[in-house]
Amino acid sequence: MKKILVKSRISEFVVGLVFGLGLIVSGMTDPGKVLGFLDLAGLWDPSLAFVMGGAIAVGLFAFAFAKKRTTSFLGGAMHLPTSRDIDRRLVVGSLVFGAGWGLAGFCPGPAIVSAGAGQPKAIVFVLAMLAGMWLFEIAEGRMRRTPNQQTGAL
Amino acid sequence: MLIDWTHFTPWSALAGGVLLGLASALFVLLNGRILGVSGIVGGLLRPRAGDTGWRLAFVLGMLVAPGVYWLFAGATAPRIDAGWSAVMAAGLLVGVGTRYGSGCTSGHGVCGLSRLSPRSLVATLAFMGAGFLTVFLVRHVLGCCHTTHGAWT
Repeated sequence: MKKILVKSRISEFVVGLVFGLGLIVSGMTDPGKVLGFLDLAGLWDPSLAFVMGGAIAVGLFAFAFAKKRTTSFLGGAMHLPTSRDIDRRLVVGSLVFGAGWGLAGFCPGPAIVSAGAGQPKAIVFVLAMLAGMWLFEIAEGRMRRTPNQQTGAL
Repeated sequence: MLIDWTHFTPWSALAGGVLLGLASALFVLLNGRILGVSGIVGGLLRPRAGDTGWRLAFVLGMLVAPGVYWLFAGATAPRIDAGWSAVMAAGLLVGVGTRYGSGCTSGHGVCGLSRLSPRSLVATLAFMGAGFLTVFLVRHVLGCCHTTHGAWT
């Protein structure tokens, strides 16, 4: 049991590292590049469509395979999302996220990686993001009537 | 539509994207988890026994990534044009929005679309659309070009 735990921690760390490197190589950690993609009416930089394309091309196979499994390769449970609701929460939340993304050109992953590089504005962004997530927790704590309604997986 | 050929980098974008896909693949196959950054980080604010270590290990990996990249490839030069107040407002919006929407670019955009999840497709269209609209408003309607690099002049 202990051995699985150590292997899992190493795996999670390595995955975080590979993901962070992917964000840097792809250009996602450059807000100028992200905004260049989001600026359809200006000089448009289509690069980020290639990022999504490359990621999903690999992901399609992995998730098709993962769906058939009941345990992970390291022996743990599969924690796949169960929620299928397309509700106001999902849409409004995503719209608010997109507005913030378009404002500074940072989404959560690249902001954390850039904070790791010591970028002062990325550090401030991450702190503000944590504050936003904390506000959500407070609001949810008050609203929560039925426990375990959150999948928390995404 | 005008293409910004000087900044267009299809090969590095594709290579980086493949790395993102690879990381997501490893995570779901080895650890049985969805690689969704906002969910992983947000869960740290609701700590439960046995549910914190994996999140911290993943975030630590992300934090050391720039150092590892620097060792092998040198420094990067990100263009951060937004001012301090815009950065703070953006962070708040991203924090609240990703938690209410149960995901961000990684969880919905990469993993969700790879899983062919209709829910994630709706979320991705919503945040992409809002992103396009926000940049349009900021750059072309309000005209407050907080850019110093002339990326779209």
